[in-house]
Amino acid sequence: MIGNFNAHIPHGSLDRKWTNHKDHARLVSPNNRRKFEIIVVGSGLAGGSAAATLGELGYRVKCFCYQDSPRRAHSIAAQGGINAAKNYQNDGDSVYRLFYDTIKGGDFRSREANVYRLAEVSSNIIDQCVAQGVPFAREYGGLLANRSFGGAQVSRTFYARGQTGQQLLLGCYSALCRQISAGTVQMFPQTEILDVVIVDGQAKGIVTRNLRTGKIDMFAGDAVVLATGGYGNVFYLSTNARGCNVTATYRAYKKGALFANPCFTQIHPTCIPHSGDYQSKLTLMSESLRNDGRVWVPKQKEDCAKSPNEIPEQDRDYYLERKYPTYGNLSPRDISSRAAKEVCDEGRGVGPGGRGVYLGFADAIKRLGEQTIRERYGNLFEVYEKITGENAYDVPMRIYPAVHYTMGGLWVDYNLMSNIPGLFVIGEANFSDHGANRLGASALMQGLADGYFVLPYTLPNYLAGQMGKRPSTDHAEFKKAETDVRAKIDRLLKINGNCSLDLIHRELGLLLWDKCGMARNNAGLEEALQKIPELREKFWHQVRVPGDDEDFNQSLERAGRVADFLEFAELMCIDALTRDESCGAHFREEHQTSEGEALRDDDNFASVFAWEFQSNGQIAPPKLHREPLHFDTVHLTQRSYK
Amino acid sequence: MNFRLRIWRQKDRQSAGQLVDYDASDIPPQASLLEMLDIVNERLVLNGGEPIAFDSDCREGICGTCSLTVNGEAHGPDHPGAACELYMRKFRDGDTIVIEPFRVRSFPIVKDLVVDRSALDRIVQAGGFISARAGSAPEANSTPVPKTAADLSMEAAACIGCGACAAACPNASAMLFTAAKVSHLALLPQGKPERIKRVVSMVHAMDAEGFGNCTNTYECEAVCPAEISASFIAKLNREYSRASLKGSAGE
Repeated sequence: MIGNFNAHIPHGSLDRKWTNHKDHARLVSPNNRRKFEIIVVGSGLAGGSAAATLGELGYRVKCFCYQDSPRRAHSIAAQGGINAAKNYQNDGDSVYRLFYDTIKGGDFRSREANVYRLAEVSSNIIDQCVAQGVPFAREYGGLLANRSFGGAQVSRTFYARGQTGQQLLLGCYSALCRQISAGTVQMFPQTEILDVVIVDGQAKGIVTRNLRTGKIDMFAGDAVVLATGGYGNVFYLSTNARGCNVTATYRAYKKGALFANPCFTQIHPTCIPHSGDYQSKLTLMSESLRNDGRVWVPKQKEDCAKSPNEIPEQDRDYYLERKYPTYGNLSPRDISSRAAKEVCDEGRGVGPGGRGVYLGFADAIKRLGEQTIRERYGNLFEVYEKITGENAYDVPMRIYPAVHYTMGGLWVDYNLMSNIPGLFVIGEANFSDHGANRLGASALMQGLADGYFVLPYTLPNYLAGQMGKRPSTDHAEFKKAETDVRAKIDRLLKINGNCSLDLIHRELGLLLWDKCGMARNNAGLEEALQKIPELREKFWHQVRVPGDDEDFNQSLERAGRVADFLEFAELMCIDALTRDESCGAHFREEHQTSEGEALRDDDNFASVFAWEFQSNGQIAPPKLHREPLHFDTVHLTQRSYK
Repeated sequence: MNFRLRIWRQKDRQSAGQLVDYDASDIPPQASLLEMLDIVNERLVLNGGEPIAFDSDCREGICGTCSLTVNGEAHGPDHPGAACELYMRKFRDGDTIVIEPFRVRSFPIVKDLVVDRSALDRIVQAGGFISARAGSAPEANSTPVPKTAADLSMEAAACIGCGACAAACPNASAMLFTAAKVSHLALLPQGKPERIKRVVSMVHAMDAEGFGNCTNTYECEAVCPAEISASFIAKLNREYSRASLKGSAGE
């Protein structure tokens, strides 16, 4: 294995670890910072905030994104909000409580120290965003407003209508723009990373393709930061943007970076249901709707075909409120999603194919008036109306779970550095903070925490020993990486079969959704592991990738990503099969309580699974490394939201 | 549903382009316009053709990547909404649908329906920000912002940066885009220290990119997927005049 596999958790009590670590981390002096070139891949909340902050500190930053502008990164689509332990509501919140909710929400499969740090810096994020001009919702007195979110009993979520991700990203984009105009950050839009270059065991560069011209380029840096988001699109249909992909992290994995917990994928309970094969993506309806909406299905199968407004109150099953009276409609995402699947499996689902449940607002409208509901969620109701043609003020929304976020990602230590020295991974692309299930409004928090407040301290700690070690792109490793990248592109263009990319990708997605989705079992995963190599074979022999490489070629872009998904899917299923317990979003049907809840096996699986790529010319079974998780502060309990 | 499509095809920036006819048959009414294009492309590829290049990413109307002119209207007939939020059930069976890129001199065509909107990024780089170093921010509630100001600021901040305003404008003006960013920041107390410099720099950058001027045709407001009000252009003009006066007074 390249580098080392040590989490580097600082010493000291939990609440002192981050402070101690910062106190002793090595620094780079201001006049030396401009001698370092930092490569940041991705311009979402994590990458954008990191690039802007490092640029402002005086490093020379090169930032890359596949979109035509950094403002379009997929963080922009996050709706509901961002958590912070401000306790502005005086309702009992604290850093500890945010930490505890997050680690419990993750079903005790994340590191105490990382999660505590996240909760600790959460307040700084809100301060920073407000200073940048993010127009968060406010109360009449002019102070910041909060709403509640799943998995918490306090109101700690800050929001900007249903567009919180957009506003936070625009804040971070404006900071990035300021650095671009100051010349500290050089931006490379429409540029895709195709490989990480390792020189003498350290990450020292990348190979990219200019998506507009097809030109292959090489960039050398003193460190490489991957902020390339999650891999939800491995399922073909997800709430991710069309371009989201696993290529950067997967190719880093093939270069020796460990991939951690790839099977931890979040299925969000409130999305607009799937309606046909033509569909290219699924749309999320923010979890915030569950503050006022009530989730239900008919008690009787026979009522499913009826119009919802004709089903009397006593014939409705508000199953979340029934099963989880304490958290009710605000139960965490994994639990709510599985509960929806369960009632649909019982034949009580509604809408086409019986794959949907109602999210009704009739009670809230009666209690608060339509105007209040319109103010709170108006834009979400409009989106719903656009897509389905239905007015949710009159009839309940139909929702169903969909792939939304991936907790797994490249393994990183406390410094957010992978096992490969110099390769840092931040935001959704790493595995670090959400365990086996992420709570709502925590993704935005993590992305910005990593970029604004963690990496600017941990990166210099690495750089301090790297002065003058940046290689030139003439180095043999660069040439080799470039040759490999070109060979792969040539191979894709030469398949020239008669099958479309979407067809194969869709087939892969259906297989994973079925066998490695909301519920998994031994037989299903074995079956998926049989079928994935067949699909891969089909891809490499039958797909048609038109056009050529030195051009704007969207088919070629997608082909490269699908090729990586077809390999990555196997790793996901191997991870799901090896983790022979249920935890959070990873629900192995063999392991459940008598009430059908996830049953953890802490004795054998309270650890991170970090996979190392193995090859013998072909893809060989990956090698497992386990990082045991130590819980010194929290007591491991059966997660209960009843 | 069945449609006849007339789609702009152009190899690259230098080549001449033209409208090419395609048949789109058996399209589900629940499909979006972009999903209809996906279906057409899939069929094109299987028949040995080259797919139509078009931009899209989030496909839920927030990222601002899609940039199509449909039947002469930026983002098509179903306002407010981006082209990705346009569903085929809004058309009639048998309709002819003309799809072109955004037509703005400052947005050169990259290929087919894809345009280069980096001019908008450069306007923001000229001053569309508040200089706030990470780590230096004061406590978030230390500066109360009246709810009305915060709400109005949010209305301006909702701009998705698609450029439809410029595409719809007979003068190809990016005033609504620039006005939205200037207003968003000018309405907040945090934005006050750089208020003068910001508006002047951004307006100059906008002019340097070759965008036209506003002559109050309100086409921008009509097509804006984020429903940004044209009254923000009046706000921009006020901000600019104010800055010019204060700037010349040495403030």
